[in-house]
Amino acid sequence: MTEEAALKLTGSQILLESLRLEGVEKVFGYPGGAVINIYDDLYDSPINHILTRHEQAAVHAADGYARTTGEVGVVIATSGPGGTNTVTGIATAYMDSIPLVIITGQVPTALIGNDAFQEADMCGITRPCTKHNFLVQNLKDLPRMIKEAFYIARTGRPGPVLIDLPKDIQVASMKFSYPDKVNMRGYKPTIGGNERQIGKAAQMILKAKRPVFYVGGGACLADVSPELLEISELLQVPVTTTLMAMSAFPSVHPLALGMLGMHGTYFANMSVTECDLLVAIGARFDDRVTGRIDAFASRAKIIQFDIDPTSIHKNVRVDLPVVGDLKNVLTSLRQQLREKPQEVAELVERTADWRANIEGWKTKHPMGYKPSDTIIKPQYVIERISDLTADDAIITTEVGQHQMWTAQFFKFNQPRTFLTSGGLGTMGYGLPAALGAQVAFPDRQVIDISGDGSFQMNSQELATLVQYRLPVKIAILNNNFLGMVRQWQQLFFDKRYSETCMELPIDFVKLAEAYGATGLRTDKVDEVDSVIQRALEIDGPVLMEFKVCREENVMPMVPAGKGIHEMVLAS
Amino acid sequence: MKHTISVLVENEFGVLARVSGLFSGRGFNIESLSVAPTNEPDTSRMTIVTRGDDRILEQISKQLNKLISTIKVVDFTDEEYVARELALIKVTAESDSRAEVLRVVDIFRAKVVDVTPRSYTVEMTGAPAKIDAVIELLTPMGIKEVVRSGPVVIGRGSKGVAG
Ligand SMILES: Cc1ncc(C[n+]2csc(CCOP(=O)(O)OP(=O)(O)O)c2C)c(N)n1
Repeated sequence: MTEEAALKLTGSQILLESLRLEGVEKVFGYPGGAVINIYDDLYDSPINHILTRHEQAAVHAADGYARTTGEVGVVIATSGPGGTNTVTGIATAYMDSIPLVIITGQVPTALIGNDAFQEADMCGITRPCTKHNFLVQNLKDLPRMIKEAFYIARTGRPGPVLIDLPKDIQVASMKFSYPDKVNMRGYKPTIGGNERQIGKAAQMILKAKRPVFYVGGGACLADVSPELLEISELLQVPVTTTLMAMSAFPSVHPLALGMLGMHGTYFANMSVTECDLLVAIGARFDDRVTGRIDAFASRAKIIQFDIDPTSIHKNVRVDLPVVGDLKNVLTSLRQQLREKPQEVAELVERTADWRANIEGWKTKHPMGYKPSDTIIKPQYVIERISDLTADDAIITTEVGQHQMWTAQFFKFNQPRTFLTSGGLGTMGYGLPAALGAQVAFPDRQVIDISGDGSFQMNSQELATLVQYRLPVKIAILNNNFLGMVRQWQQLFFDKRYSETCMELPIDFVKLAEAYGATGLRTDKVDEVDSVIQRALEIDGPVLMEFKVCREENVMPMVPAGKGIHEMVLAS
Repeated sequence: MKHTISVLVENEFGVLARVSGLFSGRGFNIESLSVAPTNEPDTSRMTIVTRGDDRILEQISKQLNKLISTIKVVDFTDEEYVARELALIKVTAESDSRAEVLRVVDIFRAKVVDVTPRSYTVEMTGAPAKIDAVIELLTPMGIKEVVRSGPVVIGRGSKGVAG
C-alpha cells in the first residue's frame, strides 16, 4: 500500500470515525445488506453496538438513551424495510424534541429511483418527522453532514436527524478530516433570550396576584430543574407540569400541582383556569393540555419562554414571548428577581390568599382512587412501585391508562427519570426506551410500567434485555383490555367495546421465561409489595404481571371539546 | 388575505420538497410558487403566494424560517415591491377574431410568439392583475390554454434581500 492509500478511509470507516469524534460510545441498530460494510467495520470498532430485535425498538432505545443522558442517541438501520421500521421511532422522537442521529443504508446512488431491491425514499418519508435529513450524494460531503447532523440534533429545539447513506459511498474512499466547526447560513438558533423581555417578564410576575408556572418538556431538555425549583420557591409560585415534564419538578413539593390537562388534577386545572398570570416554560399548549382553547387560562396574561419561535402564538395568543434557551433565560430571570428582594417579599405576601385558595381545592378534590382489599387497583401498583424504588429510578411507560396513572400517582423526585411518548403517544415505546436507559445507566433501577396491549407491540425486546444482561423490570398492569380506548367506549359509546377486549389471555410469565427472563405474577393485593421487592432484588430482567381491576377509569377527565375546568371527577 | 413571500434557500437536494411539504403538511395554502437559482449558484429564490389570516401568516413565516435550508424569509405584503408574472396564452384566432386579438395584445403591450392559421400564442409579462385583465379580454375569443409562471417579486429601492 502506498502512503497515500494508507491515509484514505472508506465511507463506512469515515462514518464510524466521525461518530467516535462526536463522542458516541453506544449505538443501537440492526444490520442488513445496505449497511453490511458499516457492520463489518463495527466488528473492530471501539463503538459498542446494541442489537435490538426490531428497528423501531432501536430508535426508541436510542431515544431512551438520549432522554436520560441528554446526549444524542444514535441508530443504524439498513435500507428499505429497515428504514421504514424506524419511522415510528423517529416520529416519536420528533414530537417530543429528542436529539437523535439515524443512519440508514441506501441502495447505490446509480440505482436510486429505480425501485431497486430494498429501496425506500427515506429522505422523502422522514421529511415531515425529522428536524432535518441528508442524502449523501458525494463522499466528500459525508464528514460535514455528520458534523451538521449532530449539531442540528442537539442545539436549538432538539430533534432527530436522518442521514441516508448509499452503499457505493460507504465503500468509496478518500482522505479523511473532520470539520471542527459548522457553518450553516440557514441555521442559527436563538440562544440568549432578550434581556429586556426577561426584565418585562420579571415585572409581570412580580405584579401578579394569582400566578402559575406551567412547565413542559422543554424544561427537561434544557435541564433547568434547579433554576425552576429555586425561582418557584423564592416567589412561592405554584407549578403545574405537563406529561412531558413530570420529573422536572418534585411531585411531593408543596408548590407542586401535578399534571394539568385532560387527565390533570382538579387543583392544577382550576389553578390554570383562575390564574391571572400563566408563565409557560418550555411548554407548547398541546390540545391535550388546553382542552377547549378559549376557556384555557382565559383570565390570565400569558408569558411564554421557549427556544422555538414557531411555538409562540401557535395555539394561544401570548402577551409576552421570550425566545431563547431556557437555561439562559431562567438564569437571567433568577438573577433579576434576586435583585428585587422587596418586590419579591410583596409578591409572596400578596399571593398568600391564592395559595390558600389552591390548598382548598387540594383538600376538596385530592388526587385519589377508591382502594380495594380484594382486587388489585392499577393505581395501587404504581404507588407501591413509587414507594419501593430508589429516588433515581428511571420510569418509562407505554401509552394508555397505565401511562396516565403513572403521571398521576408516581412521585418523581429527580429530573430525567420519566420517559414517555407524550406527543405521538406511541404504544410500544416504553420497553425499548427502558432498554436504552439501562444501557446508559447500568446501575440504576429502570422500570417499564406497561399495559398488556402496549407490551405486545415490542415484546421481542425481552431478547435484547436478556442478551445484554440489562436488568430492566417490566410491570404489566394487565386489564385484558386496550384500557384507554375501552374507557372512551364506556363513557362515550354506550359501552360498546368494539375490538378492545384482548380475548386471548397471554401467559406473560411463560413468555418472559421463553426469552430467559424471570416472570412473576399476582392477582392478590397483599402480594403486590413482595412481587415488586423480589423483582428489584433479582439481578436480571424481570417481567411482573399484575392482574388488575379490569374496568377502572382514569379520572379526572376533561371530555373532548370542554374547558379544563369542566372535568368529570371520580364518582 | 393574500401574501407574497420571498424565500431565499440553499440550492440543494430536496429543498423544494421541504418547502412544499411544509405547506401541505401544515395545511397552508399555496396559490403559486416559482423557484430558480439566484446570481449565486448555491442559492435559490422561491416566491410563494399564499393566503391566510395573521396567525397563519405568522406561522408560515416562522415555519419557513425554521427549515434548516432556509436562509431568509421576507413577507413583501406590507412593503414596496415590484411583482411580475409571465403568461403564455393560446387563443383561438380565426378570420373574424384575429384583428381583435391583436388589438388586445397591442393595448397591453403583449407579444404574439407563435402563429397558426387558427390560433395565436400570446406572451404577456406584467403585474398579475394585468395578466388577469388580458385573460379576461381574450376569453370571449376562445382560450385554448393558459400557462402562468406565478409572480416573482423584488423590493423597491436599492436594498437587496440577501442572505
Ligand atoms: C401504536 C399505537 N396504536 C394505537 C394507539 C391507540 N391507543 C391509545 S391507548 C390504547 C390502549 C392501550 O392499551 P394497553 O397498552 O393495554 O394500556 P391500558 O390503557 O390498558 O393501560 C390504544 C390502542 C396508540 N396510542 N398507539
